Amino acid sequence: MGAYFDQNATTPLDERVRAAMLPWLGERWGNAASAHRFGQAAREAVEAAREEVARLIGAGSPAEIVFTGSGTEANNAVVYAALARAGGRGRVVLSGLEHPSVPGPLATPWGAGVEGVRVDPEPSGVVAAERFAAALEPGAAVAALMLASNEVGTIQPVATVAAACRERGVPLLCDAVQAAGKIPVSVQILGADYVTIGAHKFHGPLGAAALWVRPGAPFAPLLVGGAQERRFRASTVNVAAVVGFGAACRLAREELAERALRLAALRDRFEAGLATTAPGAVVHGAGAPRLPHTSSVAFPGVVQQELMIRLDLEGYAVSIGSACASGRVDPSPALLRMGIPDELALGTIRVSFGLTNRAEEVDAFLPILGRAVASLRAAGSAAGVR
Amino acid sequence: MSGAGAGGRGPIAVAMSGGLDSSVAALLLARAGEPVFGLSMLLWEGSGRAAPGRCCGALDLGDARRVAAQAGIAHHTLTMEREFRERVVDPFVEEYLTGRTPSPCVRCNTFVKFDLLLDRARRLGAERLATGHYARIVDGDAGPELHAAADAAKDQSYFLFELTRERLGRLLFPLGERTKGEVREIARAAGLPVAEKGESMEVCFVEGTVRDLVESEARARPERFGAAELGRPSRLVDSAGTDLGRGEPYYRYTVGQRRGLGVAAGERRYVLEVLPATGTVVVGPGEDLAAPGLAGERLHWVGEPEEEVTVRIRSRHPGVAARVRPRPGGRVEVEFAEPQRGVAPGQAAVFYRGTRVVGGCWITGRLGPGGARRPASGSAGGRG
Repeated sequence: MGAYFDQNATTPLDERVRAAMLPWLGERWGNAASAHRFGQAAREAVEAAREEVARLIGAGSPAEIVFTGSGTEANNAVVYAALARAGGRGRVVLSGLEHPSVPGPLATPWGAGVEGVRVDPEPSGVVAAERFAAALEPGAAVAALMLASNEVGTIQPVATVAAACRERGVPLLCDAVQAAGKIPVSVQILGADYVTIGAHKFHGPLGAAALWVRPGAPFAPLLVGGAQERRFRASTVNVAAVVGFGAACRLAREELAERALRLAALRDRFEAGLATTAPGAVVHGAGAPRLPHTSSVAFPGVVQQELMIRLDLEGYAVSIGSACASGRVDPSPALLRMGIPDELALGTIRVSFGLTNRAEEVDAFLPILGRAVASLRAAGSAAGVR
Repeated sequence: MSGAGAGGRGPIAVAMSGGLDSSVAALLLARAGEPVFGLSMLLWEGSGRAAPGRCCGALDLGDARRVAAQAGIAHHTLTMEREFRERVVDPFVEEYLTGRTPSPCVRCNTFVKFDLLLDRARRLGAERLATGHYARIVDGDAGPELHAAADAAKDQSYFLFELTRERLGRLLFPLGERTKGEVREIARAAGLPVAEKGESMEVCFVEGTVRDLVESEARARPERFGAAELGRPSRLVDSAGTDLGRGEPYYRYTVGQRRGLGVAAGERRYVLEVLPATGTVVVGPGEDLAAPGLAGERLHWVGEPEEEVTVRIRSRHPGVAARVRPRPGGRVEVEFAEPQRGVAPGQAAVFYRGTRVVGGCWITGRLGPGGARRPASGSAGGRG
């Protein structure tokens, strides 16, 4: 039968979201910056969506929301702005779990001279707040701690770290892309200065994301050449995508508790079934608070890429950390930084659930996964899989 | 048996390079209703880039994906760069540095496609592996037999001689009964994006010249290739040891080569021998290339040993009747029915009976008159 269990990569569009978007891909159009009625209508739709985004994350005002094209863009914008302030000196403090879009700018010419200090997670998959705080120095250009790991799902002590950052005057970026729409996210409680969320991780469209910027927090736009988004981000707004984003936020807010229960039930059903279908499986971060829909599982003696391909051939989509499009296989840096041994990291797949998944899919998947694991183990270690 | 609809057994993995032949192989299997999926190998840095005009191994990942999508089959990519380097590229460089003429395509088939890839395909659930090679697998009394392709002009059985019955039993060559023209027609009729692709007999991982590759690899890793004197001009001599001037570095030459000798002489001259120790290249008239037989090593039989065979001493050699005399330690002597030119150390000598590949060996040198092995030091070069 097959099923899509890679919902951390992206999720299918909720049909209610699609319905909200369709007019803006058809009979309605307009540049939200135009003054005529077409522009006014588009602007109205965009501002309604902005309100929904603000409400989902508890922003004080919709004006604190900057629409971007992706979570990567939002993260990049914050870090590039910090690098500009750093002026080729000082440091940036990042957790070892961050999405590559956070450390990415450091490796560009704009990061020259700025030291990147990495605070790795504990074996639990959670960054120790006191270790993170210890790495902060007054004057660090920015710090970054994601709300929940995209690979393992472990939830990070953002509020505690934010307090430490505030004391030292270091602005904090919190990438909440994997968390939003699955667990409550409140920018007030988090206490960070920047929060990133993206529509397509919770059944909204690709191409719409948002950066919340605390009023008064330092910022410089990545894209310039227009007055859109209060000059925080020049570009004609992607109205249809933003409208879909707003709809996805509204649905997530209204259904959040029920969704979390459904997702956790799928995840728990899967993890409970592992004990009998794939003995020896290790769930990373199992002891820590986790997102309800993410399961990072190691199968000792198995090579992740081979397992992923076998499952794909059976119609089941799962993810293997950091394998790039060309098929190169490396163990996930995030897992290695948790202190997970190479061999275990290389045998890890990520199974992530969404609202489109059903319990029967999990039940059908488990024996297929078990057979694939047993067969790969029986085949022994492959020559030169890496 | 070697056709596309081979059978009602388990899943088949098809090796897909994005070239014409492997694409059509995949298409034929998919059309035959076989449970098939595509695998591409990343073998060499940059092999994922499109490299027009190159043949197997030079992966065009984009085309492989497009063809798989069009054939409606799954497709995945495996990285085998390290293994390819160790098993194919390094030996290729080493052979040139030791004055031999490498056969990288045979090594790639033996040690990469039909060893590593076959193993990986099996681990991924495939019972058999299919490739776009032009060769046939025929059910014989004693098991599967390897035969030359129906299209003699495209036959690639020479490159497959190190296969075994056990491996042949797990392989499929869907193009073995077809001509290149038919294969292209199938691709055109199906509208495959690769239908008009040409092919090249060049070695897939050599992007510039062989000399450049040998020198850059040897320079980068002296611990692997020794401290060869790279770039030093060779000394060209004739069979009597007469100095004929300087040539390019010795590893630029292979036995039997005529072009690029740079020797001003009235008659055509050929490379007779390459002597790395002294950087000497022995050249002479074509008739001096003729040898009554060859000495070989790593004797291999696909099935049962044979004595009377037809031997091909390079991929496009038409073949000559020969007698195979095994020697201890996998060594072998092969006596030709009539002398042959261009017995080049490092090349494969492949034995046939009719269209059937029975085995082969790797050439180490020529047999002298009367079957005696020529001394390794050679004639004139030994004095250098």
